[in-house]
Amino acid sequence: MTGCVMLAAVNFHTMLFYLFAILACGFAIGVVLADNVVRMALYLVFSLGATAGLFFLAGAEFIGAMQLMIYVGGTLVLLVFGVMLTAQAPFVSIKTSTGDRVLAGVVAASLLALLLQAALSVDAWRRPGLGEVGPPAATPIGTALVGIRVDDPPGAPAAGVRSGYLLPFEIVSVHLLVVLVGAAYLARAKRRRTARAIEVAASVEPAAEPRLRSTGAGAASALAQGGVR
Amino acid sequence: MADFLINSVGLPPWLAWTVVAGVAAFLILNVIAGGALVFIWAERKIAARIQDRLGPTRTGGRFGWLQSLADGIKLLAKEDLMPEGADGLLFRLAPYVSFCASFCAFIALPFAFDFVGQRLNVGVFFVVAVLGLEVFGVILAGYASASKWSLFGAMREAAQVVSYEVPLGMCVVVPVMLAGTMDLVTIAEKQAGWATNWYLFHDPFTFVIFWVYVTCAVASVNRAPFDLAEAESELVAGFHTEYSGLRWSFFFMAEYGSMFLVSALAAVLFLGGWNGPVPVAKLLGLSAGTGDTAHYLVRLIGCGNLLLKATLGVLVMMWVRWTLPRLRIDQVMTTCLKYCTPIAAVMFAGAMIWQLFLPGGVVPGVSRPAGEIREGWLEGPGGAAERSVPPAVGGAVAQVRP
Repeated sequence: MTGCVMLAAVNFHTMLFYLFAILACGFAIGVVLADNVVRMALYLVFSLGATAGLFFLAGAEFIGAMQLMIYVGGTLVLLVFGVMLTAQAPFVSIKTSTGDRVLAGVVAASLLALLLQAALSVDAWRRPGLGEVGPPAATPIGTALVGIRVDDPPGAPAAGVRSGYLLPFEIVSVHLLVVLVGAAYLARAKRRRTARAIEVAASVEPAAEPRLRSTGAGAASALAQGGVR
Repeated sequence: MADFLINSVGLPPWLAWTVVAGVAAFLILNVIAGGALVFIWAERKIAARIQDRLGPTRTGGRFGWLQSLADGIKLLAKEDLMPEGADGLLFRLAPYVSFCASFCAFIALPFAFDFVGQRLNVGVFFVVAVLGLEVFGVILAGYASASKWSLFGAMREAAQVVSYEVPLGMCVVVPVMLAGTMDLVTIAEKQAGWATNWYLFHDPFTFVIFWVYVTCAVASVNRAPFDLAEAESELVAGFHTEYSGLRWSFFFMAEYGSMFLVSALAAVLFLGGWNGPVPVAKLLGLSAGTGDTAHYLVRLIGCGNLLLKATLGVLVMMWVRWTLPRLRIDQVMTTCLKYCTPIAAVMFAGAMIWQLFLPGGVVPGVSRPAGEIREGWLEGPGGAAERSVPPAVGGAVAQVRP
């Protein structure tokens, strides 16, 4: 009976929060300490998944699903994919040198200190037991991204100062576009060389199967050739 | 249900919520496991029928009803092997990752108006996002098996799933656009009434995009003719070459679970969800005010409708599997990038333009306004479904701009 009362006194929301937080932090440490690339990637998946759990717990379902879709789903599928293509003998196990560990520790600690200081300086976040909180809405941020501030009171005079985040958003978009074009260029230049290599191999030994080389070819073309043969 | 347990039975809230979560999880688990049992038997019989043979005939009577059960016992009794060079942790973990992803996606899937594990206002997005995680199990299995066949299978799977998520996402967006919400419950509710209200028949573009969705769904759950990851003529058995026993069966539970899930998602998005082609409940005179029994009866009819549609979808996938030959990997990529994605994009634009200029349909009066005749009814005045949905961002922008 006493156990029941004690359990009833526990706030399950808080308990779940700690559970997900511990999972996220534990697997994040796992990423750092593991020496196998694929295991690192897996721990990263679990860590990010636990973060998505935190978002769901906070009622921010859209951000939680976004986290799953973009970080866990998209990026990490690509990461694991790339890792497996490069998982040759010298790279299977990665040993970090002590100097690197110390350097990384210093950088991480200073970043953590900075973030903690920033988080604790927000007055509203320090009060325990917040009362009624309005429903979470992403609409103000979304509209601010396209240049409209709905969080301004209507008829506010300083319209020129708070102009939304359209410019940074566009800069980031153009950045991504440049990266994509660069990636396409790199992939295209290498594919031509591989095609010639196959041609040469076929002309040198006409009876033998043309040997396909995946050196230098992108993942997609290597896969395509593997499928053809 | 939680409120009922707290108020009437007198359970403390934490216990009530745990019980409710447990019941929901138990039911979903049974849908997956029971479904897999039936579908494996059905697959054997359908394959046999298409290839002009008999299939299982002896286990459990004339039609071999108990064949799946016998298979299950065989798998349980099988020795669990692990290759010598395998990465033990990842090898053991992989089947559970696959199965968990498949299971989690069911949480947001509604079976009838309030028969849903957890109603999310971004349900569609959640289901698609979680479904994409299933590939992790396959990749881990391929990597950890220390076998080149497994690795080839896993790499093909990774390339295929990453590519097909693009057109699949585009197909899923169209019903979301028509309904103005990502809440699966509301999307299905908006197609209430006769079959003409289904989004499949909303306009020609949605009709085409439904078939694109079917193609992408088959590819994303890794079924033939897109089962490159386990092409047995080239890769022994692909990513699960080294698996046996219970772990192997977890992969198959995940596969059949995902098949059922994408079929149910197709039913909710395009085929009216739990609203039958004929609104039976309405014609029988079951409506608000006829009491609690009628309330649950209507829900059960709706649940039956959805399960029937999803099962039909799975059977179609089996039909396709035993009819079409397997594609090569380059053909798989061509199908995705040169056909599915452009068609989906054009149909998306078409459906948008149609919704803009012909929102009422071509022939006025023929298509009923949604929600006039429904299987079941909405809770409360105005409908809980409408109330709980936040306005779309587009709508908010339109309001802000003078």
